[in-house]
Amino acid sequence: MVVVIFLVLTIAFIIVRLAPGDPAAVMLGPESTAEDAAELRAQLGLDRPIIVQYLAFVSNALRGDLGTSIFFKQPVTDVLLGRAEPTVFLSLFSLLIALLIAVPIGIYTAYRRGSLLDQTTISTAMLAASVPSFWTGLMLQRYLATDLGWFPASGYGGPDAMFWERMRHLLLPSIVLGIVNSALILRFTRASMLDILGEDYIRTARSKGMGEGRVILLHALKNAAIPIITVIGLTFALLVSGAVVTERVFNIPGMGNLVVSAVLRRDYPVIQGTLIVVASFYVLINLLTDLAYLLVDKRVKY
Amino acid sequence: MATHPSPAAFEAKFLELLFARRAVLFALIVFAIIALLCAFASVVAPSDPAKMSVRDRLTAPGADFILGADAFGRDVASRLLFAGRVSLSVGLGVAALSSLVGVVLGLCAGFFRQLDAPLSRLVDAMMAFPDILLAIALVSILGGSAVNVILALAIVYAPRIARIVRASTLVIRELPFVEAAMALGVSTPAIMVRHVLPNILSPIIVQATFIFAYAMLAEAGLSFLGVGIDPSTPTWGTMINEGRQYIDQAAFLILYPGVAISISVLVLQLIGDGLRDALDPRLAKDL
Repeated sequence: MVVVIFLVLTIAFIIVRLAPGDPAAVMLGPESTAEDAAELRAQLGLDRPIIVQYLAFVSNALRGDLGTSIFFKQPVTDVLLGRAEPTVFLSLFSLLIALLIAVPIGIYTAYRRGSLLDQTTISTAMLAASVPSFWTGLMLQRYLATDLGWFPASGYGGPDAMFWERMRHLLLPSIVLGIVNSALILRFTRASMLDILGEDYIRTARSKGMGEGRVILLHALKNAAIPIITVIGLTFALLVSGAVVTERVFNIPGMGNLVVSAVLRRDYPVIQGTLIVVASFYVLINLLTDLAYLLVDKRVKY
Repeated sequence: MATHPSPAAFEAKFLELLFARRAVLFALIVFAIIALLCAFASVVAPSDPAKMSVRDRLTAPGADFILGADAFGRDVASRLLFAGRVSLSVGLGVAALSSLVGVVLGLCAGFFRQLDAPLSRLVDAMMAFPDILLAIALVSILGGSAVNVILALAIVYAPRIARIVRASTLVIRELPFVEAAMALGVSTPAIMVRHVLPNILSPIIVQATFIFAYAMLAEAGLSFLGVGIDPSTPTWGTMINEGRQYIDQAAFLILYPGVAISISVLVLQLIGDGLRDALDPRLAKDL
């Protein structure tokens, strides 16, 4: 894990260095003078040897210093923290919605395998995974929010909105993202339940005369938990990718919107910082899912 | 080797399994139609996709324009076909390039023990970045042309192929025929290309089909965010992005490109599922 984080930092460092031309001139834009560029280079330490820059970058990043945003003139960590709330809640809500949709349906369709409902559900899930999330977002925004007025159409409720008002603005975006991400979890839940329902101990439980509800919930679901936890870890990456575009659709001032604006403004430290924070979070989530195996399966040992 | 079916029998079995589900056959036909329509866009398109006409601005679908006209009075149906050409080419390009890079990395990791740990950690680290985010960062640095978008997305997806190729190589490498080839003094590159690669093609082809689909979705996402292919080139993603501001008056502007992406991605996923079941019946799960 330490190695992976280290490589993540290295990749983020290299990506920004791949930019053609002088990074300082690129950051300042076409109207900058050579003196401006030289000054910025010195300020950013770009005049030092590349290996020194790299070591300084890694040691700063490990101490939580991700550099200074060119546009905001503030530390990147502060800029990211200021935009974290909507993204974190959006991801959590959509994960929750995705689980609420996917797990019960996944269990039920595995149980009623081959039924009309099962086949319809599989097709629907596949379709949901094929539709671009921003397109679903735009369509629902127009019909459910603009036309019917069921949800706020966009934004995050203004600068001094109360907490509940802000969360209300996340409702429709979370539903969109939740539906899109439920497809993968649904397929995994169904597949692992199908495997387990064919096991001997399920037959034993049934032959003992145990009720179907107890067999499914007590014996099957418990054993299907590991693949389901794995897919939750995997969904995180999808969720963040989805959040970037969904925030743009609903004009939510989160980290996704920040990174797209940063690209348009060529604010490389912000792009770099977002990559590092999100990737580290992903590594952390995967560690947590590994630890969660310990809780659900006593046989797993590290 | 007596138990192995003849190539002809294998082919027949493969086709039988591939078309066992009518959905897969249907998906192949739909995909072929979409690909042919887009490939021959210049012949099939009702009019010039760039011809503007202020008078026909935002015309609803009807006799003059089957799928309506956009904010510049350009024919949506024609633009859809030409845009499809770009969107499908990006998907195909990404699938091909990421497979090539992934195969090289995966074979090396699977074959040379010293390279395995560093390459595997690199793949882990690359896969820690969400695809759109990494693609945004790469495109912002490379610049927004179709070739650069293909390059960026190929970098994003190559680790997925590499991981699968490595895992399969580790298995095949231990089999007797590889050992025999080594004992006969066949050079390592020749063993990798002639003996190992043909035996791991199935999972690569299946994964490449899915990458084709993901790449089309990712390209549309990048174009929608305005950080993808230059907006002057129509793609299904840029069409949605342009239509966005007219969504209240002319929802059809984003409806059709969205449907086009969704259908293409859906049939590609169905084809991928079908290929997986047909190429490796042991893996066949009725997902």
